[in-house]
Amino acid sequence: MSTRIDARNVDVYYGDFHAVEGVSLVMEPRTVTAFIGPSGCGKTTFLRTINRMHEVIPGAYATGEILINDQNIYATGVDPVDVRTMVGMVFQRPNPFPTMSIKDNVLAGYKLNGKKLSASQADDIVEKALRGANLWTEVKDRLGLPGSGLSGGQQQRLCIARAIAVEPDVLLMDEPCSALDPISTLAIEDLIHELKETFTIVIVTHNMQQATRVSDKTGFFNIQGVGLPGHLVEFDTTEKIFSNPRDEATERYVSGQFG
Amino acid sequence: MSQVQTGPAQAGPSQSGIPSRGGGTGDTVFKVLTVVAASIILAVLFFVALFLVLNSLPAMTAPAETVSGGRGFWVYVLPLVIGTLISAFIALLFATPVAILVALFISHFAPQRISKGVGYTIDLLAAIPSVVYGAWGMSFFGPALVPLYQWLAKYLGFIPIFGPGVSGLGRSLLTASLVLAVMILPIITSLCREIFVQTPTLHEEAALALGATKWEMILMTVFPFARAGIVSSVMLGLGRALGETMAIALVLSPGPLTANLLDTGNNTIPAEIALNYPEAFGLRQSELIGAGLVLFVLTFLVNMFARWIVGRYSQFSGAN
Repeated sequence: MSTRIDARNVDVYYGDFHAVEGVSLVMEPRTVTAFIGPSGCGKTTFLRTINRMHEVIPGAYATGEILINDQNIYATGVDPVDVRTMVGMVFQRPNPFPTMSIKDNVLAGYKLNGKKLSASQADDIVEKALRGANLWTEVKDRLGLPGSGLSGGQQQRLCIARAIAVEPDVLLMDEPCSALDPISTLAIEDLIHELKETFTIVIVTHNMQQATRVSDKTGFFNIQGVGLPGHLVEFDTTEKIFSNPRDEATERYVSGQFG
Repeated sequence: MSQVQTGPAQAGPSQSGIPSRGGGTGDTVFKVLTVVAASIILAVLFFVALFLVLNSLPAMTAPAETVSGGRGFWVYVLPLVIGTLISAFIALLFATPVAILVALFISHFAPQRISKGVGYTIDLLAAIPSVVYGAWGMSFFGPALVPLYQWLAKYLGFIPIFGPGVSGLGRSLLTASLVLAVMILPIITSLCREIFVQTPTLHEEAALALGATKWEMILMTVFPFARAGIVSSVMLGLGRALGETMAIALVLSPGPLTANLLDTGNNTIPAEIALNYPEAFGLRQSELIGAGLVLFVLTFLVNMFARWIVGRYSQFSGAN
């Protein structure tokens, strides 16, 4: 399943505003890549270009190439809908569908693909995805209840289950723990360690301890000033970034001197 | 209101020594105002209901042969109830899908400039007085529909609602219902639009990120989120359609109950009252007021039903 993501010279624009400039990096399979950096530096924007979710905002577009499985997802004729079935996403705030039961939430992606599932197949998929998200034992007796009745941390794991149920190649996580308490955060971080055996994971985080705990490689994004585009300052192994970075700005950021 | 004395209304330092802000009087006045306003509503409702019941009793208890039609009040009023329900039902049948599609166009498909223009146009439709709709339906829309009615009668006439016989000026129940549909369209549209735009972006993005197309995203997030609101807006439209008087009175050429929607005939309660009340006295007046009471109860039941539907899904409503 796991696959390589190769971004080549990606620029992102919101209308006239140049949001991200010239990002090139390779995210290896079976690794967790973390993006860190101050607010507004374009790390979330860049993350969203990996499944073309930035296009949801009117006027937003990207130039350059992003290769997943050696296929450019920005090539003409590529449907963003197909890209998104291949690249799952988990958001800042847990967003299970409030009108669906826990079970239907997990199956939501499958139903989109129009596959007819037998009851036992559906049950297997739900159990596998919920076990994969470390949520099965907590919810197995109330699969028919609405997902919005769960705690914040459980809801976020339900969202992860929903994303991995369709077995994507890549899992994008946009500050997945920023709305969660420390215990739930720990549960998600443990889960990320398990998930990286199967998926290529890219995570945006404001929490530098989290980046050191979960990621293998780290990219530091920064911005020169207000109104200027964000760019990738440095990309290296997490250990190198946090112990001995090449760039002075990176050093000052990871040591807490700014940002 | 007996707690008023215990409130902090007394000016000056209280016994505890904490200085009083002296804000208690305003609270009391405002509370009294709200209670009065709420009581007025109840009182008006009570007196209207009382008026309807007292004045319709003579018709309901009168000997059957003295009531219009000669077979008692309920036999007199039943065709009117059926006519009212059919016209309102047809109006909803046409207006609801169009209204939902227009609302979706404004909220999710049109570029911002266009959606504003369409929104204003819809609001303008709501601003047209019903008597103008009636005049338009009678003089223009009805006659314009006649060729369609003739075509329907010719090819689908074997279905009882499409014939035999077509009103030469198009003054049929179907025309009246379609005019009603145009009239309730802006109500349903603007309410649905309000609700559609409130769909949380978070949920829309969740659907899109799973690989939903725009339409699938709408099915997964916008409609479920708006379900209660759609029902409420449709019920509001239904309430308007049930009670609409002038348009029906002008468009429809009334007559006895008939299944044929293309010919003259049928009538609704509001139009029956409006057309006959000025010249009615005695028992006839009581009959019309009785019909009004039936309409009142009908509308009340529709609203109760709507609330029940809305409440049934509250657990999955997205409000939690």
